Formats: sequence, C-alpha cells, structure tokens
Amino acid sequence: METENQISRADIDAIIAPFRGRKGILIPLLQKMQERFGYVPRESIEPIAEAAGVFPVEVYGILTFYAQFYLEPRGRHTIRVCQGTACYIMGGKDILDHVCGKLGVQVEETTKDNRFTIERVACLGCCGMAPVVMIDNDFYGRCTVQKMDEVMENYK
Amino acid sequence: MTATHPQNKILICVGTSGVAAGAEKVADAFEHELSHRGLRHDWDIVRTGDRGLFRDVLVDIITPRHGRVVYEYIKPGDVKQLVEEHIVKGEPVASLRAGQDYEDFFKGQMRIVLAHCGEIDPEKITDYLAAGGYTALPKALAQPYAHVIEEVHKSGLRGRGGAGFSTGQKWRFCRDAAGDQKYVICNADEGDPGAFMDRSLLEGDPHAVLEGMIIAGYAIGAQEGIIYCRAEYPLAIKRLTIAIEQARKKGFLGHKILGSEFSFDINIMQGAGAFVCGEETALIASVEGKRGVPRVKPPFPAHKGVWGKPTLINNVETFGNIPAIINKGAEWFSSIGTAGSKGTKVFALAGKVRNTGLVEVPMGTTIRQLIFGPGGGMIKKKVGLKGVQLGGPSGGCLPESLVDTPIDFESITKTGAIMGSGGIIIMDKTTCMVDVARYFLSFTVEESCGQCTPCRVGLKRMLEVLEEITAGRGTQEHITFLKEMGETIKNTALCGLGNTAPNPAITTLRYFPEEYEAHVKDRECPAHVCTELLHFEVIQDACVKCGACFKVCPVDAITWKKGTTATIDRAKCTKCKSCYNACNFMAIR
Repeated sequence: METENQISRADIDAIIAPFRGRKGILIPLLQKMQERFGYVPRESIEPIAEAAGVFPVEVYGILTFYAQFYLEPRGRHTIRVCQGTACYIMGGKDILDHVCGKLGVQVEETTKDNRFTIERVACLGCCGMAPVVMIDNDFYGRCTVQKMDEVMENYK
Repeated sequence: MTATHPQNKILICVGTSGVAAGAEKVADAFEHELSHRGLRHDWDIVRTGDRGLFRDVLVDIITPRHGRVVYEYIKPGDVKQLVEEHIVKGEPVASLRAGQDYEDFFKGQMRIVLAHCGEIDPEKITDYLAAGGYTALPKALAQPYAHVIEEVHKSGLRGRGGAGFSTGQKWRFCRDAAGDQKYVICNADEGDPGAFMDRSLLEGDPHAVLEGMIIAGYAIGAQEGIIYCRAEYPLAIKRLTIAIEQARKKGFLGHKILGSEFSFDINIMQGAGAFVCGEETALIASVEGKRGVPRVKPPFPAHKGVWGKPTLINNVETFGNIPAIINKGAEWFSSIGTAGSKGTKVFALAGKVRNTGLVEVPMGTTIRQLIFGPGGGMIKKKVGLKGVQLGGPSGGCLPESLVDTPIDFESITKTGAIMGSGGIIIMDKTTCMVDVARYFLSFTVEESCGQCTPCRVGLKRMLEVLEEITAGRGTQEHITFLKEMGETIKNTALCGLGNTAPNPAITTLRYFPEEYEAHVKDRECPAHVCTELLHFEVIQDACVKCGACFKVCPVDAITWKKGTTATIDRAKCTKCKSCYNACNFMAIR
C-alpha cells in the first residue's frame, strides 16, 4: 500500500505547475493527480485550491460529486461489474451479489487484504457480451458465477 | 507498407468489444503469420472500429478472386488455418465463415452515420480521405455560412441526443447570438446504460465527427471546439486524440483552414463520472471545472454557454450526419425517414435477441422490424417477447402490443417512452417489469445531482416503494403513490433528468399493471426474478436426474447422486439462480 509519507510536496507541485494560469483546470488537474497516485491525496488539495483560485471546500465539492475521484487508496485490483441494462437483464446483478458475498464486502469497498475493490459501473458498452465484468483493464464477457470464481483466482 | 496499395486486404474489428474478445491478438497473429511466410507486403492489414455486430472477433479477407469473405468468432489459433487455406491456397474456410445471421443483421440497414465503421482504419486519416472524407468541409467553406445553416435546416435533421430539437434552428440561434467568442461542443458523455452508438462512432470513424464539428464551427462563427467525452471510453479518447493531431497536420484544423479566413481548433475534455453531465447546462458547468449541476433554462446555451459565451452543443451522432448532408444535399437527406423525423437513426440493440449490436435504419422503421430483421428474433423462441425498453433510464417500457410503433420522435413520445439516444433493450418473459422499473430508478437516484427536491427526494421515495414491492411487502397504496409521485416529479423537476426519470415506473404501471398486482396481491413474481419472492425447489415430475444443477451450485446447497432427483437445501441456498439457469428442463422453480 502507498503510504502517505511517500507523497512529497515536490511531486504535487510538479503536477500542478503546467496548469497554473489557465481557466477550467480543476477537473483535468484532479484527473492528473489521481493518475499519478491512484487517488487524490488529501495533502494535494490545498495546493490545488490555491492554483485554481478557489477554496479547498470547493475542491472537495468536485471530488465528492464526480464518481471517478477517490480520496482513499484502492485495492490492488478493481473489479467493475457492469450493471447496464443489458447486463442487468442477463444476470449482472447475480454476479455482483456473488462477488460481494464471496469477498465479504459491499460495492465501493476494498477487501481487508487490499486485494480487490468492487465497483458497479453503469455501462461498459459491450452489451453484446452481457453480462460483462472488467478486472483492471481486462474484459470478461458472458460471465457466470462459476466463471467469476475461476477468473478472480488469477488476480492475487 | 508498399507504395502501391495492395488489393489484398484483411479487416479486423478492434473496437472496445473486439478488443474485449481478443481482436488485437488475432491481428498480431495475422501480422506474425504473414511475415513468417514472407507475404506481409502483399497484404494490407486494417484494424477497423467495431462494425456493429458482436461476433467476438470479426475478420474479413478481401481478394480480387473471392471478393469479401467474412469470418466470425475468430481466435488467434484459427489464424494459421485461415492463412494456409484462404490466403495461400485460395480456398475460403467454410467452417469459420459468418452465417445467415450476419447477412440478416446488415440486410435492411441503411448506413449513413456508420458508413465507415468497421470498414476503415480510424487511426489513419488517409483511410478516411480515400473513403471520401473531408470533401464536405471545402464544399461548406466555399459557401456563405448562411447557406450551410439553411442546408442543415432544410435537411430536417434533429438532434440525436434525445430531445430531437431541429439542428438547423439551433445553429441559427447560435449564429444570431451576440458575441465575438463562440464555442462548439460535441456531447460525447454517453451515459445511458445500454447505449454505445457514440462510442462506436468515435472509435470507428472519429474524423467524420471532427468534420461535422468543423463545419458547425464555420456555420456559427466559432473559434473553438470541445469534445466532452466520458472517461469510461479510453479507446475513443485515444483515437480522437490521434485524429485531431492528423487533422491539424493536414490543415483541416487550426489557423486559416484550407486557405480560408476561418480558424478553428478542437480539444478533448474528459468527463469524471457523472451521468447528469449529459444534460447540456450541467455539461457546461463541468467544462468550466465546476460540479456538473444543471441550471434553469433560459438562457439557453446558444445565448449563454461556456464562460457565458454562445455555445452550440450537439450529440456525436448529430455531427456524424453533417458531412453526408453537405455532400449529398438536404433534399437527399430529407427523402429518408418520415414526415417529422428525417434521416436514419442508430440504435443499440441489446437484451434477449439473437443479434445484438448497432443497427442504423431509416426513421419510421417499426420496433418489430428491428427485432425480427437485424435482431434475428428472440434468443429463446419458446420464452417469447414481453416488451421493449426504449431510451435508457429516462425512457419507457412498451408491451408487445406496441412493437409495431414506427420509430420516430412523435410516435415514440406518444407511447410515453422517448427516443432518447437510441438504446433498445429487448425483454422476454423472464424479465420482471417491476424489477426493471426498480433498476432504472436505482440508477437515476444514484445519478441525481441533488439540486432540486422533486428529483432528490421524490425519486428516492419512489425507489423505496418499488423495493418494498419487489421484496413482497407491497400494498395497493404503494401503486397509487407511484402514479401520483411520478406525475409530480415529471412536472416539477428542474432538468431533463428529473423530468424523465419517472418514465420507467409510469410506463410499466400503465402497460404491465398485472405484474404489479401479482407482486402486491399474490406475493408472486411471475417472471421469477425478485429473489425475495422466490423459493427454489425441484419439480419432481420434470426432473430428469441429470445433476446439472448440482454441478453449478456454488454453495453446495444441492444434493444429488446419479439416478436420483436433486434436492435443494433452502438454508444454504443463496438464491443465485445458477441452478435455475442451468436446468434445461424447467424443473427448478
């Protein structure tokens, strides 16, 4: 797990520098920050607010409004179970329930051993292969409960 | 690549769906196999976007001798055989060829927007140029801007993002709005579950969208274009980035385009995961770096948009239509479709039909024609069609009796559903309509921005009631409440998301009242979906003692031995439905 003290102020400033003096930078800047650390570290929020000319509370406002931003470190692997209409109809909910039950966590939670974070996603746009699960960047189509059990074994 | 264009081509669909099915590996296998045999220079390997039909990996081999031969479900392991027999010996491999379904899927389609998807390499501007791309742009630039707007207006094109507003009129408002700085925004925040036409178009033919945007920029007098794209579409963003760079190099974007006085550039902005940002005023807030919450209209974005400047916002598919309209003329375009809805529409066909994928048909095609034409009919003929869901979470569910409705803006609105962005989900008798309503409400509750009370509180109350009903605790009052609350939210919410969010509940109540009755009165889910209302058991008479259920049960709740009927231990059963789905004899209920 990335510990907080590994995050240096110099790193943060280097990410912010190219954005200074431009307008509408908040979202792209937070995306860059997250790309670098895997989440948006708390110590980056004040410098970001200062660069964007807003109060830190407004940065938190953005972070909590958009689903894509995380304020906490994540598990080593992210399981995204598609709950788009096609996947839902084809049994996507059963898959989600099974994965959550098996790992003993709720959606949006990370397992205690930091192995998996579970997410629900509205549509991965592969409706023809429903139900679809994405683990990290790999897609798995026509999933069944049994297939999930097998596939998850490949992610340690 | 050799200077002369080889006549021999291999097309491989590598859109998101293709990649998910392993298309990159298949393409690499062709590269390797052909190089290995010293044939690489005679063949052009084209990595195209998705063509629209999902058959895992689709591969076309085109030769002067055999023309185009389409193969489906190709795995890297098949490549050697294809090269050996088709390419070296000149004998197509019959066992791997795409079947009748493939032909049926494309028969009856009219491809204007998707014309190049699955045909050209989206990462090569030369492919787009060779296919007649960027010919509409100089044509438009040679005319006064007013002619361009008039042409789009006369074509009858209406916005493809859902609301169906006249595109020409929108352009005119924007042109007439006072202001020296104007913006063109392409709305690619395609968030509707079950809709992926924008993604496929951006991945398969990004230059067509750019060309449409540049023409729009010229028509309204804008200097800057922004593509607001969902971050969940990494491949689309990658291909757009490449396309913009190429267009700049060729002088289609940038300072004084093609020697004219018109300068225009396009940038991409990635969304951050908020469904409501598809609403245009929320999208504008998000572009400005704020929380994506909608505001009251007017003022409309055409007058006050990004940074308070006049802004034109059109959907991806709308822009995709523009080059063809400029090239072939308004008259040609308006000859397609119905009196009020011109041109074609791309639909994302999904759910329980044999062929799922993107279908482009003239407006006015009926839902039935879609299902039994390109769709190839139901997956399980025995189970039968129950209804269709149109227009995503803001849309509605229509019963079988209405599937002969022609798909155009007016006819669909009359039924209580909406055209939306074009997602069509086909449902059979194993789909519970109450659960579908609950599902869509849970989506909109999650995605409500929380700004106005009807949407924030009203939808939540509706969802809670639907949860009660699907859990077997429903009452008659609940049904009355849903109807009243639905109408109230429809009339009072601030933006399009709230106004339409009750539609799934309202339409299922209207067209499938008997299912609500069954849940409330009989405490039964006729489609066997609502798990709280289910208790799994083996039907003794129907069981053939095959043990299929025993093998799939993930929690060992089923006991079975060869030659005996299986039994289910309800204490252990987690109602995952694996056994129900595995049984081929309907012996589990």
